[in-house]
Amino acid sequence: MWWSRWRTAQEAGEKKPRKGIPEGLWTKCPGCTAVLYRPELDRNLFVCPKCGHHFRIGARQRLQWFLDPDSAVEIAANLSPVDFLQFKDTRRYRDRLVQAQKTTGERDALVTVTGTLLGQPVVVAAFEFSFLGGSMGSVVGERFVRACNTALEMRIPFICFSASGGARMQEALMSLMQMAKTGAALSRLSRYGVPYFSVMTDPTTGGVTASLAMLGDINIAEPGALIGFAGPRVIEQTVRETLPEGFQRAEFLLANGAIDLIIDRREQRDRMGKLVRLLKPPPS
Amino acid sequence: MQSHFLDFETPIAEIEAQLVELRRLKESGEAVDEEISRLTRLSQEKTQAIFSNLDPWKITQLSRHPQRPYTLDYVANLFTDVEFLAGDRCFADDPSLVGGVGRFEDHPILFLGHQKGREVKEKVARNFGMPKPEGYRKALRLMRLAETFRLPILTFIDTPGAYPGVDAEKHNQSEAIARNLEVLAQLRVPIICCVIGEGGSGGALAIGVGDRLLMLQYSIYSVISPEGCASILWKSASKAPEAAATLGLTAERILDLGLADEIIPEPPGGAHRDLATTMKSVRAGIAKHLSVLLSKPVDDLVAERLNRLMHFGVYTN
Repeated sequence: MWWSRWRTAQEAGEKKPRKGIPEGLWTKCPGCTAVLYRPELDRNLFVCPKCGHHFRIGARQRLQWFLDPDSAVEIAANLSPVDFLQFKDTRRYRDRLVQAQKTTGERDALVTVTGTLLGQPVVVAAFEFSFLGGSMGSVVGERFVRACNTALEMRIPFICFSASGGARMQEALMSLMQMAKTGAALSRLSRYGVPYFSVMTDPTTGGVTASLAMLGDINIAEPGALIGFAGPRVIEQTVRETLPEGFQRAEFLLANGAIDLIIDRREQRDRMGKLVRLLKPPPS
Repeated sequence: MQSHFLDFETPIAEIEAQLVELRRLKESGEAVDEEISRLTRLSQEKTQAIFSNLDPWKITQLSRHPQRPYTLDYVANLFTDVEFLAGDRCFADDPSLVGGVGRFEDHPILFLGHQKGREVKEKVARNFGMPKPEGYRKALRLMRLAETFRLPILTFIDTPGAYPGVDAEKHNQSEAIARNLEVLAQLRVPIICCVIGEGGSGGALAIGVGDRLLMLQYSIYSVISPEGCASILWKSASKAPEAAATLGLTAERILDLGLADEIIPEPPGGAHRDLATTMKSVRAGIAKHLSVLLSKPVDDLVAERLNRLMHFGVYTN
């Protein structure tokens, strides 16, 4: 059941600190160094009330804030990852999975649901960045496709919030093929005129950017989000020069024509609800 | 051309050096025929012994061999009536990703491929085979051209990966790669992709979605280079041989995973040691699959391709 699993995830999250989500009653904003009162930050959807810095948030937290209360029903919740290559670097992939599952309460890095946004039915996918860096392996790809197919069958819009380091190395070439798979699933939505809204949040990089994240009918970003294909460090090493100010940030992408718009988290329900009303799929 | 040997081929290289010397002596009239045939046999035996037991790291090195045939070698040997087509119609022409039209076994086709350079100057001009967004967008333009004129597409994959540069990001290479994946999935012509050397990540996949994936015996295909994987997961690029082994990037492993359809055998010592034999094998491999794909109604072809793409993945339900 979505709710019970969701609570488990939250409880697990409270015990183990997640990157990006501040713990304790007071927290310092990484954007403006203001000291913020946690309950106020929480009411403000983890956006700094002083400078607008968008903290990273978990997938279920995001879905809870974005969708109408109690409207979410999870899709493909039972899919679980498999260490089919017996991949081992300094640790086994199997062990990494077990630990990620324990700390996040998730089976893998993408949560997919149907629900309503301001009363309108939608399908929503959200990446859990704290699960192995939101990396895309077989389960992420398959859940994304099933969410896509649900949107297609029901002729309702599909919205994806991405936050990912890219393809999951531990699933090797199979993870690269998830780019092809998700791209193919989206090509079907586009054929049938079912709208796809891609919302890129901090950070969205690598194979996820170069597939499902950049294929939105409308590409949206959260303010200040890092979005790109190659990571800034890799680029710096390759070109051997300092990168321009604000490089690969949402505002840089907007100025260079890569995305349609930037929407503040606090306005996402209203403005995306409006977009959903404007871009209607044809009746099936 | 003098053969270039990799470190693990040193025993072969030594014999081949002796053979070069003997052939020179033979020309000046010395009676060395017997020694030549003995050493030729020995070289073949050594090659057989070394190549029957290659680990993934050695195969990685072979896939990047400086004398390995590149896309333009395949174009010159497999196609007739060739015209190269340049440019993305928006911004630039990318010499690291070439494309054009021609005939394969009398059938009009469109080809696309990554192109590396041989000499330093050409390597730089070709950006070491790493495409920029304008390269993917040229490929996209040509894919659509192929669809309009019902030309099957043959792609040759050989790239270390997408180019990690400031301009490439500024021009949104993510979108350029993503768009190709989306369009290739639905394109209404047969598409055969062939990994001839290095299949590097998103840069490879951008011309790598199709109805068939063929891999040369000593080519590799990977989500990340062994060096990149090693520096992220082991925090040391020197662990690349271990990363190559665990990434399962060889043709054999990828065939086992069900992602490749056929391995095209290479001559003893690798594709570069006998160009004619390599071309014959690649020609036969492409011809076999192309005739099957051409016989399918287009709707079936696209439906089968989508079905194939949707089945990529290993998970429990």
